[in-house]
Amino acid sequence: MATHLSAAPIRPRHKRVLPGLSLSLGTSLLFISLILLLPMTGLIMQSVDMGWARYWEVISDERVVASYKVTLWAALIASVFNGFFGLLLAWVLVRYDFWGRRILDALVDLPFALPTAVAGITLATLYAQNGWYGDILSSLGLKIAYTPWGIVLAMAFTSIPFVVRTVQPVLEELSPEEEEAGMTLGASDWSVFRRVIFPALWPALMTGIALSFTRSLGEFGAVIFIAGNMPYVSEITSLMIFVSLQEFDFPAASAIASVVLMASLILLFAINIWQARYLRRLHGRN
Amino acid sequence: MSILIEHISKTFGQFQALSPLSLDIQEGEMIGLLGPSGSGKTTLLRIIAGLEGADTGRIQFGDRDVTNLHVRDRRVGFVFQNYALFRHMTVADNVAFGLDVLPRKERPSPSEIKKRVMHLLDMVQLAHLANRFPSQLSGGQKQRIALARALATQPEVLLLDEPFGALDAKVRKELRRWLRGLHEELGFTSVFVTHDQEEALELSDRVVVMSNGYIEQVDKPGDLYASPNSRFVFDFLGNANVFEGKADQGKWLNQQASLQLPKGIEQQDGQLYVRSHEFFVSDAPTEQANLPLKVVAINPIGAEVRLELSPIGWQSKDIWEIDLPHKAFDQHGYEKGQTVFVTPKAGYFFADDLAQPTPLHW
Repeated sequence: MATHLSAAPIRPRHKRVLPGLSLSLGTSLLFISLILLLPMTGLIMQSVDMGWARYWEVISDERVVASYKVTLWAALIASVFNGFFGLLLAWVLVRYDFWGRRILDALVDLPFALPTAVAGITLATLYAQNGWYGDILSSLGLKIAYTPWGIVLAMAFTSIPFVVRTVQPVLEELSPEEEEAGMTLGASDWSVFRRVIFPALWPALMTGIALSFTRSLGEFGAVIFIAGNMPYVSEITSLMIFVSLQEFDFPAASAIASVVLMASLILLFAINIWQARYLRRLHGRN
Repeated sequence: MSILIEHISKTFGQFQALSPLSLDIQEGEMIGLLGPSGSGKTTLLRIIAGLEGADTGRIQFGDRDVTNLHVRDRRVGFVFQNYALFRHMTVADNVAFGLDVLPRKERPSPSEIKKRVMHLLDMVQLAHLANRFPSQLSGGQKQRIALARALATQPEVLLLDEPFGALDAKVRKELRRWLRGLHEELGFTSVFVTHDQEEALELSDRVVVMSNGYIEQVDKPGDLYASPNSRFVFDFLGNANVFEGKADQGKWLNQQASLQLPKGIEQQDGQLYVRSHEFFVSDAPTEQANLPLKVVAINPIGAEVRLELSPIGWQSKDIWEIDLPHKAFDQHGYEKGQTVFVTPKAGYFFADDLAQPTPLHW
């Protein structure tokens, strides 16, 4: 029997197997526009209105520049500290089974759950010279509250979960065989950590530190209660924005805010690009 | 280096992974630990390596007691089932790892390390991949790199956990032969774990058959096949057909089927194990046997044709399998659904109250 071939080619209908792309992507984009892009545009529009000269004048004001320095340094110290301490905490939570592990695990999220102002007031009370910790520390000649170190403390407290929660899953996924392979080859515990475990954690840890850093740049509630807010010494950039707002100088507030925004965005993008490269090498996608 | 294992046992919680067992491995020997999953073979291997501690017993490498020695001080090469290559290091760095982590006094110079790594990569025929990352390699290549890495520190004991388990049949065969060659060339003592009987029989000097944390039998591959000493080994080592028989007047009976007892065999109830190629197939019952079966499937497998048969008028737990040479098959031209009669030529008889079999010949 001869098979009849029709002249018109049968066109395969390319249809995605996973349903709902247009609906879910559309909704996501709409919400991103509404809650992220629109406010950001507003912010930029407001500072554009004021003109370049005025913009530059506001953002390079001596007191504001001093606040950048304080904020950057404090955020840097806080995030690096969180890098160490967060890694340790994640390590303990993943690697060991001990009484109260679940409670500790839940407590890690507390800084996110707590209103930042509450955190700030609590920290200020504890570390003030007559507080529980402040009392002991001042007898050692250390002063935390109402100094830049208070800022570091508040920033570290509010952003520690970022590091723990980014490192933890990676640590859980790590295959024990790679560590065992390292040990059968004669490596010491330290060598195994440095050469086998750490390179696998490194991208996640960097992301955690970067998130912690950007969060610290913008932290306001927790910091102002403990910072003491002395001009040129312990004023953070968020406070400068707040001060401008209280003077009803909205364009100035927007201008300073745009600087913080840019810094955060550049850092996050840089980390993303770096991490994508590193992971591509690890997973072999070229 | 010889390995002496004495009364090693291990429990995980309630589960007895290894019952006290002993094993003596000669220098330069290649030992295959064969068993189904959960038989304790991997646990035993990990205890030899020091990755797992035993509850009781001791282990000796040569005259060195290593029972309480840490993995890193035992100086064994270990090859993992999933290769466990370091993903963030190049192939060359992976192989160099064991040398790089040596204490400074023992560590060769960087140029010496490089030379040794290249030599090892030449040996596994992958020198051209030195700068690749593990994720860019195929399974077989990864396995060879894992071997090169394990051999870099020149261990006298090489342990392999299901080394070829995740590879396809052709690569597996090739690597098996290659490993055997390497073993003969370098003369290390090796122990490998497998659940593939063919692999164990082909590669090992002696095979250790394990089940449920016990060693069932330790023998050379040929002896193991010729004289399995338990039902388990028989079942595990090759397609055996089992006839459950009640002894009566010189015959074993199973409902309507019957089988003559060979001369000189006591009248006893029990199971008769017959390998799939030890049969004669006919269209009618013979004087010796009346075992009617129906052909359910016909599979040509390489040099032979395998008939799958189901009993007619008697009971068997499993479908019977019988291998015929193509010539014999072509002469008869069996078809699906046809009734055939089989007559065993040789087999093993396990009496109901005995663990040891009696070989049978008609």
